[in-house]
Amino acid sequence: MRADLDIIQEWIPTGSRVLDLGCGSGELLAWLRDHKQVSGYGLEIDPDNIATCLENGVNVIEQDLDKGLGNFASDSFDVVVMTQALQAVHYPDRLLKEMLRVGRECIITFPNFGHWRCRWYLASKGRMPVSEFLPYTWYNTPNIHFCTFEDFENLCLELDITVKERLAVDREHRHGWASRLWPNLLGEIGIYRVTGAPLTPQP
Amino acid sequence: MPTAIPADSVGLVTPQTVHFAEPLTLACGRTLSEFQLIYETYGQLNASRSNALLICHALSGHHHAAGYHSAEDRKPGWWDSCIGPGKPIDTNRFFVVSLNNLGGCNGSTGPCSLNPATGKPYGADFPVVTVEDWVHSQARLADHLGISQWAAVVGGSLGGMQALQWTISYPERVRHCVAIASAPRLSAQNIAFNEVARQAILSDPEFHGGHFHEQGVIPRRGLMLARMVGHITYLSDDAMGAKFGRGLKSDKLNYDFNSVEFQVESYLRYQGEEFSGRFDANTYLLMTKALDYFDPAAAHGDDLAATLAPAQASFCVMSFTTDWRFSPARSREIVDALVAAGKNVSYLEIDAPQGHDAFLMPIPRYLQAFGGYLNRIAV
Repeated sequence: MRADLDIIQEWIPTGSRVLDLGCGSGELLAWLRDHKQVSGYGLEIDPDNIATCLENGVNVIEQDLDKGLGNFASDSFDVVVMTQALQAVHYPDRLLKEMLRVGRECIITFPNFGHWRCRWYLASKGRMPVSEFLPYTWYNTPNIHFCTFEDFENLCLELDITVKERLAVDREHRHGWASRLWPNLLGEIGIYRVTGAPLTPQP
Repeated sequence: MPTAIPADSVGLVTPQTVHFAEPLTLACGRTLSEFQLIYETYGQLNASRSNALLICHALSGHHHAAGYHSAEDRKPGWWDSCIGPGKPIDTNRFFVVSLNNLGGCNGSTGPCSLNPATGKPYGADFPVVTVEDWVHSQARLADHLGISQWAAVVGGSLGGMQALQWTISYPERVRHCVAIASAPRLSAQNIAFNEVARQAILSDPEFHGGHFHEQGVIPRRGLMLARMVGHITYLSDDAMGAKFGRGLKSDKLNYDFNSVEFQVESYLRYQGEEFSGRFDANTYLLMTKALDYFDPAAAHGDDLAATLAPAQASFCVMSFTTDWRFSPARSREIVDALVAAGKNVSYLEIDAPQGHDAFLMPIPRYLQAFGGYLNRIAV
């Protein structure tokens, strides 16, 4: 399984109901179904990905995230997952609120634009960073809302969203001491576990 | 028929008829003391009888869904694009059953059949049948064929409604439901179009209150008009534009009302005339009523999710972007209810210019997804 998905699955309880936004080929949902008795649906718009989901017996619903989640009832899922799509939607803040309306908990991953390589690229070349991991140029990128870990966490603060867990990893999804010490500088991908209401401390 | 039968065709097929002597009580309260259904089968029923797939037809459909009846047939069955060896409904895997519904005019008991009580054709006396009635009669057919559970029930448009109704009426007898270009009930606009079609037939002087058989005539003009208005709703604006545009039959306008001037007029008239020669006016009325009355959620306080709660099937729902008869939004109503009910469901909104008729067309993405879903079914 894709390394980030392997990290995410640990945060999803056995038998839970999951909505996966931008589910791709349905890899996560298929694994969760086979190993953790998880039921759920993936939302996807890419025809090839949808076809693969069908072939793998994953429930997939053709739906554009930019049109919102209005068709899903509040609190109807245990976990709403969105991997590597936050930066590609028109209104990340609205979608984040919608995710927390529909699910009790959300897991979100996104690339960190505050990573030192991005900073170095922009500082030294004066141009928008292009890398192997993010190979697009500014005019053709599907990633229209880049942010840094700092930015994301500020948004969470503004929206009264509680960050339960955060993992800063490199592009191979390793998390070492360096990204733990300076996540916004050394982490390439952020994996966040968030909830809407502030958590009361466990006794 | 083409000079040689294509390798992916089910080939020559022969319809079969089954007679049911046990009475069938209908939703309208009336009872058919006996009835018969005509059907075709493609592929082989396996030893465990677990690979049976039912095809439900739409408004003007019938049992002949695939293959050819004879070497002289110009065209194969109405859903030949999707049924055959290696096709989405793969007859190498599935035992496919396709019937003509009760009230039809292609061999199942309907208005053209003799009423055993009078010895004359039923005509207008044939009871109004509903989607639920059809499903109950189809269950009799399943019993007759020794099929206790369908691997899948599949249909487009009105056929999709029957597939949905199966999962509600007989939850334990359906493992998968494929509802294509369908809707959970008609909108006011849908009913309005049906009403225009019915009025066209009812107001034809040759209709004779539905007893035209006895007069030795058929209400061809009414049936033709009904088909013409229906046909407009099957095509998208784009499809009509691409096919006919404002093209003329001759090179100038005639400034009269009698000539067929635009290509689209000619096409609609041809479709209407051809249809009026092969379809029964009473059946057309019945089919439009079955559409209008279909509303399974009505019995559950309009809560479609609660209506579908008993279903045990997994669902595949598909719609087409330019279908305005049963638009993608109508399919999404089904999907949302299934999600709310916690059912397994996949949904595709296929980009296609053909409008409602797209479900009959060999659209690559549609065929791939359709086959992908059905191939996954264990038989």
